[in-house]
Amino acid sequence: MPELSYREAVRDALSRAMRQDDDVFILGEDIAEMGGSMGVTQGMLDEFGPERVRNTPISEIALAGAAIGAAIQGMRPVAEIMYEDFLTLATEQIVNQAAKHRYMSGGQVTVPVTFRTQGGAGWSPGAQHAQQLEAWFVHIPGLKVVFPSTPTDVRGLLWSAIYDDNPVIFFEHRTLYGIKEEVPDELEPIPIGKARVHREGNDVTVIATGRLVHEAIAAAEEAEKNGISVEVVDPRTLQPLDEETLVESVKKTNRCVVAHEAVTRMGFGAEVAAVIQYQAFDWLDAPIERVGAKFTPLPFAPVMEEWCVPHANDVLEAIKRTVAREGGGGD
Amino acid sequence: MAKVEQRGTLSQEELREFFREMLLIRRFEEKVEERFRAGELPGFLHVAIGQEAVAVGVCRALEDGDVIASTHRAHGHALAKGTTPNELMAELYGKIEGCSHGYGGSMHLYDVERGNLGANAVVGGGLPQITGAALAFKLRGEPRVAVAFFGDGATNIGSFHEALNLAQLWQVPALFVLEDNKWAESTPESQHSPIRDLSKRAEAFGMTAIKVDGQDVEAVYRATKKALEHARSGRGPVFLHVDTYRLTGHYIGDPQVYRSKEEQRDVRERHDPLPPLRAKLELSDDEFETLDSEVQDVVDAAVEFAKNGTDPKPEDALKNVYA
Repeated sequence: MPELSYREAVRDALSRAMRQDDDVFILGEDIAEMGGSMGVTQGMLDEFGPERVRNTPISEIALAGAAIGAAIQGMRPVAEIMYEDFLTLATEQIVNQAAKHRYMSGGQVTVPVTFRTQGGAGWSPGAQHAQQLEAWFVHIPGLKVVFPSTPTDVRGLLWSAIYDDNPVIFFEHRTLYGIKEEVPDELEPIPIGKARVHREGNDVTVIATGRLVHEAIAAAEEAEKNGISVEVVDPRTLQPLDEETLVESVKKTNRCVVAHEAVTRMGFGAEVAAVIQYQAFDWLDAPIERVGAKFTPLPFAPVMEEWCVPHANDVLEAIKRTVAREGGGGD
Repeated sequence: MAKVEQRGTLSQEELREFFREMLLIRRFEEKVEERFRAGELPGFLHVAIGQEAVAVGVCRALEDGDVIASTHRAHGHALAKGTTPNELMAELYGKIEGCSHGYGGSMHLYDVERGNLGANAVVGGGLPQITGAALAFKLRGEPRVAVAFFGDGATNIGSFHEALNLAQLWQVPALFVLEDNKWAESTPESQHSPIRDLSKRAEAFGMTAIKVDGQDVEAVYRATKKALEHARSGRGPVFLHVDTYRLTGHYIGDPQVYRSKEEQRDVRERHDPLPPLRAKLELSDDEFETLDSEVQDVVDAAVEFAKNGTDPKPEDALKNVYA
């Protein structure tokens, strides 16, 4: 089994799809010679040439729209939006166009496009290069939203995104590009809409996405030392959401923490909390705890940035708070 | 050049057919106005009365396999691209038999089988996707052209500039048809653009621009043929600057407080594309009446078809969100 970094796993999925299928091509800013701002597409120009590894101008509306237009003609483009923050520039094309063509046409149009993008705090890029905006896109009917947290998941899910007949917004977390994992020789597609239970436990369920999956696992290991058994679940796909796996886990543990790097307020975790409270109300022994960033733009100074976004310790504190509540219900 | 001219030459019979189609679009839109005012039609409706020669001249020049993206002022484009009056009217009534099966309405008319990728209610929204459709044709080596319609108001929005820039950079087979009717809703061109010649915006990207009188269907047809040949032969996209006139308001019911009654009358008297073409064809009153009544019958039948159409079930709203 080869060991791949998260970055190499993304590249592997793209390259395999492009090797087997002329309809797949990639486009984006600085993706060719430079290999992308995060080095994800390094070397792909040499293998596939400039027609299929297309550098674009700094022109998010056009590159997003061109990807959508080519997808409607039956190609499977993967557009790289260099930073999540720049999705705001392409939002008209993604939200009003890609997400709605199939619907507005009464089912005539298919839009098999994938938008890869990345973000996340940790390098002090400041307020315009590190936002976590997944909640914006989960709110739009017609889009699928994926946010993998491991090399295996990112590879298998990107493959599924490319071959999904709907527009998929594919979030990668910048600080995860370097993490490594052994992956199978053959790429195993991971179905969109399936959560992954990373760690089983009996006392609390932590539902985490992106970087916070790793923070949650670290928190769980720490909690174990205090005799608290923590289950960590990564939805992996935010839309559609594998409600069943999340709810079943909470029905077992009776307590729940939701954790993501995006700001807590109106974040993806709010929807997860709503799903859990409605479907597992009678099983909950404590209010659902929420972990996320403070309600500010991301500051530059490292000490402020570090303080604003959540870490393993914040997850651990939330675990302890929920366990400290007296149980009442349960089965 | 001679070859192009020859290809663009129309027989009297073809020209008469063009006239019939323009008249059909006119009568169709007049009927839409009438039914809207009678309270039968939901939604926002924009007619293109006065711009029929653009829709017919451009769409008649297209080959099978060419595709269009339209605007909020889309009825003429849809009919000229082959959607039947029945299917179009049924859509305006929100029926399953409609060209978008009741999911779109006047501003979202689709007919993918006939090459209509959709009308767009966001000004300039379709242009980047036409660049993308043309890119797909180029990558696959298909001899097809992707065509975007848009108005002068759209030349101020970012998607216009980004789409043209990328199309020219990548030399894709696209045709950008500017229907310059000199009004962005209620705002005249003098208030929305600092330059009078909007072709300059395409020329700034190095794109070939062709200007044409949009009230002359033959001229539009010939210019489109020439533009298509350029795009199809791999020489890059073309900007077709069509000078036209909107004889009515922005939307049905628009009181047009922004232009005087005299101006409204003047534009109708001087810039209606139908009377000069009728004169050119030397149609007698009898011939015109016969043609007009045939066309009216088609439109009346479309209204009947639409009214007798099937309403979607409310819960059909949940279909077609995902493939």
